[in-house]
Amino acid sequence: MAALVLLILITAACLAAPLYAHSIAHTDPFTSNISGTTVANGKSEPLLVPSSTGLGLGVTPIGPTWDPSRYFLGVDNQGRDVMSRLLYGGRSSLLISVSAALICCFFATLLGMIAGYFGGFVDAVLGRVFDVVWAFPVYLLAICLSVVLLTSGLVIGPIHIGAGSIWLPVLIISVIYVPYVARPLRGQVLALREKEFLQASIGIGTSDLRIMRREVLPNIAPTVIVFLPLMTALNMLTESALSFLSIGVQPPNASWGTIINDGLGLLYTRPVVTLAPGVAIVLTAVALNVLGDGVRDALDPKAKLRGAA
Amino acid sequence: MPEPLLEVRDLRVTFRSRRGDVPAVDGLNFRLEAGEVLGIVGESGSGKSVSMMSMLKLIRNPNCVVQGEARFLGRDLVAMKDKELRSLRGKEIAMIFQDPMTSLTPVYTVGWHIAEQIRAHESISARAARARAVQLLDEVGIPDPDRRVEDYPHQFSGGMRQRAVIAMALANNPKLLIADEPTTALDVTTQAQILDLLERLRREHGSSIIMITHDMGVVSQIANRVLVMYAGRAVEQGTRTEVFRRPSHPYTWGLLGSVPRVGKTRLRRLPTIPGHPVSADAVPAGCPFHPRCRLRHDQCDVRPELAAAPTAPDHLDACWLPRDDRQALRLSTVRAAVAEGDPGDTIEAEGP
Amino acid sequence: MLAFIVRRFAAAAFVLFAISVLVFLIFFATPGVDPAARIAGRNADPATLAQVKHEFGLDRPLPIRYLLMMRHLFISRDLTSYVNRGTKVIPQILQAVPITLSLVIGAAVLWMVFGVAMGVAAAARQGTAVDPIMVLLGVVGVSMPVYWLGEVVNLLTQSRLHSTVFHWVPPLGYVGLTQNPWQWALHLLFPWLTLAALYAGIYARVLRSEMIGALNEDYVRTARAKGVSERRILLKHALRCSLIPIVSLFGLDFGALVGGSALLTEVVFGLPGVGKLTFDALQNVDLPVIMGCVLYAAFFVVLANAVVDLLYAGLDPRVRRA
Repeated sequence: MAALVLLILITAACLAAPLYAHSIAHTDPFTSNISGTTVANGKSEPLLVPSSTGLGLGVTPIGPTWDPSRYFLGVDNQGRDVMSRLLYGGRSSLLISVSAALICCFFATLLGMIAGYFGGFVDAVLGRVFDVVWAFPVYLLAICLSVVLLTSGLVIGPIHIGAGSIWLPVLIISVIYVPYVARPLRGQVLALREKEFLQASIGIGTSDLRIMRREVLPNIAPTVIVFLPLMTALNMLTESALSFLSIGVQPPNASWGTIINDGLGLLYTRPVVTLAPGVAIVLTAVALNVLGDGVRDALDPKAKLRGAA
Repeated sequence: MPEPLLEVRDLRVTFRSRRGDVPAVDGLNFRLEAGEVLGIVGESGSGKSVSMMSMLKLIRNPNCVVQGEARFLGRDLVAMKDKELRSLRGKEIAMIFQDPMTSLTPVYTVGWHIAEQIRAHESISARAARARAVQLLDEVGIPDPDRRVEDYPHQFSGGMRQRAVIAMALANNPKLLIADEPTTALDVTTQAQILDLLERLRREHGSSIIMITHDMGVVSQIANRVLVMYAGRAVEQGTRTEVFRRPSHPYTWGLLGSVPRVGKTRLRRLPTIPGHPVSADAVPAGCPFHPRCRLRHDQCDVRPELAAAPTAPDHLDACWLPRDDRQALRLSTVRAAVAEGDPGDTIEAEGP
Repeated sequence: MLAFIVRRFAAAAFVLFAISVLVFLIFFATPGVDPAARIAGRNADPATLAQVKHEFGLDRPLPIRYLLMMRHLFISRDLTSYVNRGTKVIPQILQAVPITLSLVIGAAVLWMVFGVAMGVAAAARQGTAVDPIMVLLGVVGVSMPVYWLGEVVNLLTQSRLHSTVFHWVPPLGYVGLTQNPWQWALHLLFPWLTLAALYAGIYARVLRSEMIGALNEDYVRTARAKGVSERRILLKHALRCSLIPIVSLFGLDFGALVGGSALLTEVVFGLPGVGKLTFDALQNVDLPVIMGCVLYAAFFVVLANAVVDLLYAGLDPRVRRA
């Protein structure tokens, strides 16, 4: 329950990002503001001070002021407000993980049902494909796809996804996790197919489509619902990792992963740039996992995702 | 009178739950002499397994409270510390369970299981333990035991697995073998073989057996004495002959009536005991069987105690019905049951 | 058993082949992508393009190109980077492999030891405070980005607490095992701990629930009825059976680690392993290096999975005949 409240709060805060940036912080978090200034202790201070340590090549941005209207969490190395970027980044991260989870579960359900229900050749082919992708480390697969698609974008029939689009990571993440969800679902459908009520339906000549819709789908739906929050958490971590490797969300968009990446150079001077989005990811993912476990206990105690207990 | 092998006095097993205490066994008393076979009969949930398992502290639920006495050769098992009891379990008292499919650890060979049993109580070499395992498997009728001793449980059939389990239980020549529905999960032919095996082993090893079952047929084959349990209490107790020839509790009548018989006029429909077994958290006040009893009367609101008729001091029952015309009453209930199930059918009076 | 091994490795070979085809297709057959331009890097001049086309035989049909590619990678081993001209990819990878393996194997040992110990403790002490703590650790384990945890560890050990508690922590980097075993371990200590911390929590949680399930099995009751000690029941019966799913999970995670989390950990801790190599190649889109790294990583993953499956068959007699 606490997990659900926390999730709602995080989502609401992220949705309110433009409101915060325009009305409270009065900044544009997507343009660099290298020579900007702010007022501290009654004096005007530059946002970025040339670094005094090392070779003096870098800059040291101002740290957290803990004042929501004046760079609450300080700025990054381009003078952009970290708090606003955090909220905007949360929008991307949540959007990507939720929509990737939905798309992934949709296709996984479809494929799992087809493979499990029809069996035979279809199942053998799909099963082999699942096996191969399953054995392929997801991050590597995601990296391959991202590298290829990031510069050229993707055109599938009428759907055109631009190179820097946020939907590219959504697509990549949802594709790589399809076998994770489809495999357990296929197993369930296989078991269902042996059940008397389904045999009875087949016996009285109900069409395959109708059986799948009326008999199979309602029976595997609880498992799919259990997988949704767990997949969302997994997607969030994957997205942040890809963005951290600069092959996920592309600038000028931000996500929690890209902000962590932005903060790398400032780790020892202004760690808050790295810490804040990380804490956000951990909180959200913990909430999603706890929620998922709760839903599982309520709906389907046997549902298991690879790697997660 | 010589000291009995096992004497259970007022055994009570209670499960504490959020909704209050649930009595699973409610004051059980019986004696078992050396060499005897006691059949404990009852529907599922009547407390027969729970009473035996709690006696051996095999119920690990921390909310399970065991009270009363269970004197095994004069030592009270209930008061014993777990460590002390452990030295008895598997050595003096062995227990086998219903489902041979799941009662062996799947990753070890059958021989390993038997050797573990032997070496848990005796310090002998692994080689000697294995030799004993082969010998035991041979004794329980596993063909080619020298080779099969290296097999894993999944390579055994259900009946063979139960034989292996019995071999394991007998490895240390226990004085008492508690068999919890040992034949229920098996098909009928295998059932008969396992019962024969138990009977033969009892003769050869001299162990006493407590046979827990819901099947009156099994009891009639193997037991000397019978204890019928309902809702955590004994409702009838006596020698096999007495209980089968002159059953005196309406519940026992029901159990006997629902055994299909070969060679009698076939009833079109097997009589059943009406209603459902009571669950331990909702045992009715008074006689626990009264909601399902066709002969209930006002007195049944008071709980009857287990008592014997003056004519047969060893045959006890817990029922308020008058003792002299029980057999006539029984006939009437059987008639009523059949009439209810299939009107217009006729039956003949049945005896053993 | 021998037939099982042969079959398992045949399956591994098939998966490896399929993965190489998949990678090849992703890089060379994705619609709208000109591989020559990709391999040559951004803004390549026509001469380079032509050279690339020739080198990879891009004017030939796909299957031939696939075979050529495999020859460059595995037989002639002369695939060269296009960013750092003339640098051969394979030696670079071979040089990086021991570093990645040091990281991954060390972390795996730590996480299995801690994970199993914690899981058994939680299962044995069900209902005490140990139990919920383990559950919490497990949730945090699956919820925390490993690279971020690495950054936090760096922040503490290299900067904030470096002058006090962690003055003995060497700067980021790697020292070879043969060069100086002590420094090797010291440099890898925190990367190991970072990776192991997350996985140990996850494994403890999985093992705990497996153990609790096993302790409710009939065979545990049988073992108790035999008069076997509780300790023996816990370790010889419950743990032994619970290890079977853990080992198969380990196979998958070990693979995922080689190909994923290790990459991130190496980047964060500045370890010049295969992951770091991949990362650097990603920064300047050095396709031959990326492809080489991916295939070599996939090779180890598939190998690890096959080995784990054999181990699994050793643990679970029911699998051997199937």
